[in-house]
Amino acid sequence: MGGTASSRHDGAMDNAVPLAELRNITVDYGPERVLDDVSFRLIPGEVHSLMGENGAGKSTLIKVLTGALKPSAGAIVVDGDRVVFGSPADALRRGISPVYQEIDLLPNLSVAENIFIGREPRKHGRIDWEQMRIRAAAQLADLGLTVEPSTLLGAHPVATQQLVAIARAISADVRILVLDEPTSSLDTDEVAELFRVIKELKQRGVAIVFISHFLDQVYEISDRITVLRDGRFVGEYLTNELLRVDLVAQMLGRELGATAVVRADIDVEDEALPVLEGDDLVTHGGLRGVSASLMAGEVLGVAGLRGSGRTALARAIAGIDRLEGGEVRLGGDKVNLANPRRALAEGIVYSSENRRVEGIIGELSVAENITLALQAQQGAVRRLTPARARELALSWIEALDIRPADPDRRAGDLSGGNQQKVMLARLLALAPRVVVLDEPTRGIDIGAKVEVQRLVGELADDGLAVMFISAELEEVLRSSHRVAILRDKKVVDILPSQALTIDTLLALVARPDDVED
Amino acid sequence: MTTQTSLAQPSRIAAVEAATQKFFVRHSAMLPTLAAVVILMLLFAGAELLLKGDFITPRNISALVLDNAYLLVLAVGMTFVILTAGIDLSVGSVMAFTGILGAKLLGDGLPPIVAIPAMLLGGAAIGLLIGILVQYFHVQPFIASLAGLFLGRGLAYVVSLSSIRVEDSATLWLQSTRFRLGEWYITPTGIIALLTVAVAAFVLHYTRFGRTIYAIGGNEQSAKLMGLRVASATVTAYVISGLCGGLAGLLLTAYSGAGYPRNGIGTELDAIAAVVIGGTLLTGGRGYVVGSMVGVFVYGTIKTIISFMGAEQSWMQIIVGALLLLFIVVQRLIVARSGAKS
Repeated sequence: MGGTASSRHDGAMDNAVPLAELRNITVDYGPERVLDDVSFRLIPGEVHSLMGENGAGKSTLIKVLTGALKPSAGAIVVDGDRVVFGSPADALRRGISPVYQEIDLLPNLSVAENIFIGREPRKHGRIDWEQMRIRAAAQLADLGLTVEPSTLLGAHPVATQQLVAIARAISADVRILVLDEPTSSLDTDEVAELFRVIKELKQRGVAIVFISHFLDQVYEISDRITVLRDGRFVGEYLTNELLRVDLVAQMLGRELGATAVVRADIDVEDEALPVLEGDDLVTHGGLRGVSASLMAGEVLGVAGLRGSGRTALARAIAGIDRLEGGEVRLGGDKVNLANPRRALAEGIVYSSENRRVEGIIGELSVAENITLALQAQQGAVRRLTPARARELALSWIEALDIRPADPDRRAGDLSGGNQQKVMLARLLALAPRVVVLDEPTRGIDIGAKVEVQRLVGELADDGLAVMFISAELEEVLRSSHRVAILRDKKVVDILPSQALTIDTLLALVARPDDVED
Repeated sequence: MTTQTSLAQPSRIAAVEAATQKFFVRHSAMLPTLAAVVILMLLFAGAELLLKGDFITPRNISALVLDNAYLLVLAVGMTFVILTAGIDLSVGSVMAFTGILGAKLLGDGLPPIVAIPAMLLGGAAIGLLIGILVQYFHVQPFIASLAGLFLGRGLAYVVSLSSIRVEDSATLWLQSTRFRLGEWYITPTGIIALLTVAVAAFVLHYTRFGRTIYAIGGNEQSAKLMGLRVASATVTAYVISGLCGGLAGLLLTAYSGAGYPRNGIGTELDAIAAVVIGGTLLTGGRGYVVGSMVGVFVYGTIKTIISFMGAEQSWMQIIVGALLLLFIVVQRLIVARSGAKS
């Protein structure tokens, strides 16, 4: 790419010819209309952000564009031709390449194959594995990723898998790249790499659909923004002509007001006895001597980079990973958390970062999902009556404002934010003492996010001890009383959140390892 | 200096540990199959000791291929299906049906050029039926292939209730020809079986269809979203299994010199056992057809050892059962291990 090459696609041009257009798309799921007369257009060399709250219809619109879903009405126009996509393969042939929000790759195959499967390089009619490895390595290097292409994808962390998914999407002869929450599991450096690649693709005239709940990223990368609300088209704007406040107001359909700030600045009494204490915890490959304590009525934030031991700490406390050293005390007494069941019996509940894999059972109803853990704890003999289960579910649906407020709905049909609330309801139904939340707001929208953050605060107000783990430092700082900073599988410091700012926290979390030991 | 030497030791150990770990991560997919090879070696060594050097002889090894040719072919077909996370219970009956069908057609004076394709097509047709039920009617593979099992067995009885001898020259050639090299020999049936393994290994490793089979077993939904031809590949896997059933029918008929409608009762389970012992995961997406071949040889070797020792045949089933349990546990551990990494 020549350094002097001035792009013709620098700014958004309203008279530019779109590469693809979705015209007046309507989608019905049974009796319910999830998209109503929505239009969306993609201009070569532009990043077009699709914004909206959970359930606004972004994912549905994306599925229409990528051929995964057939609209009930409306037209898809690519290069001026009206097209009908029967399957994702049809869309791929038109150069429309998606990266879905939940990572949809094949953990049982190699990294290289995940990038190329379906369009493998071939020689004499057979797959050329050597060529595939070489090209995969180049592709990965392009994304700043140093993984051996022949290793199994499943052996890599979620963030790497996410980048592999992106590598797959752009390795094709891509003309339209669809990125649905691509940055939710990436750290700052990885996001920078991704944005560099996006900019290169723009130069090549690729049109990019970008969906993210990080407003900063949206404003940094996109040229154009389309806002959806409740399945309807609200408007299309040029990014530099739309103020953030206005964007959020458009998305929510109301002024932000008080919902934006959740400040948990109530002091925890100094002499309060810790509910839970971890002392010098060591787990296999996860923690290297971590000590932390959790008071009743307190939210303890856990901040750290990916791989710093954030999740490992949660897993140790939840009894998932066995302790190789150290001890956990509950109310002063040493407990042996040999397995998650024991931890549950002690009143420790854990919400994992992989809610799709480890949490929500999509095939079961919302009510069943909520009462699942409670029923399991009671045992099969003391069955919850259906009426009791329903009543319980309804009370949680109301308390957490789960939408749609229908206990019989398939949990898999709910939006990400609402699934997260169902998870929370399930845990809270157990009447726990300690709640461990790992990335409870990952992949959900600002509106839902603020609600979850507020819920976390309320839990602590009700006297629970809450551990709140998040990759978003701002969120950690805002929601927690104290923040435990993890680096390199150890606790660096535990500080009251008032004593921290984003910048100081960032410095603590990300201090480069200039001091060798 | 002293610190250097004291440090050198642990770092070397760490390096070895790191290298081993790297090996395990990189080759975790192959471990169950390697384990099967190790088991086969141990069996050979054990039998050699037990029989005082009278076991690993060219004769015995050659006979191992001959006696298990039909099972090898069935296991190859089964591998395709299990890799898609499916199962095919019909192959034993399909083998019986196509075997008796072939014997009948040849007995009626039809030439092998008609009879043999009829056998293969008969098997493939039942496979196609199961595949369509599984893919388009969303019937559980277990149930769909159970229907295939009854269908195949019923059809076998429709063709003939008793055994039909085969005296056709082509079949006799398949049965009695021995290509010899010193004391080693191989029969045409053995060559067909080994060729089937080679072709299947090529297809699974070097073709887009083969990789799609793995993708389906890994995550069917993802495979669809990646634009792979999931539907046709799934159906084709069952057709291949049926086709292998037909081919096994031919090999068994040639081997035993007759078609018999009660052949192969429970053989589908032997094939599944061989595939699992060979390191293919029942959950799909992981395994190798070469592993299935090793599984068949493990199975055949146990059988040979037991008959050499003059022990009860029921021991065969106990040992195979124990081995299966062992392998399933090993596979679980491997999956748990690689799962914990992510």
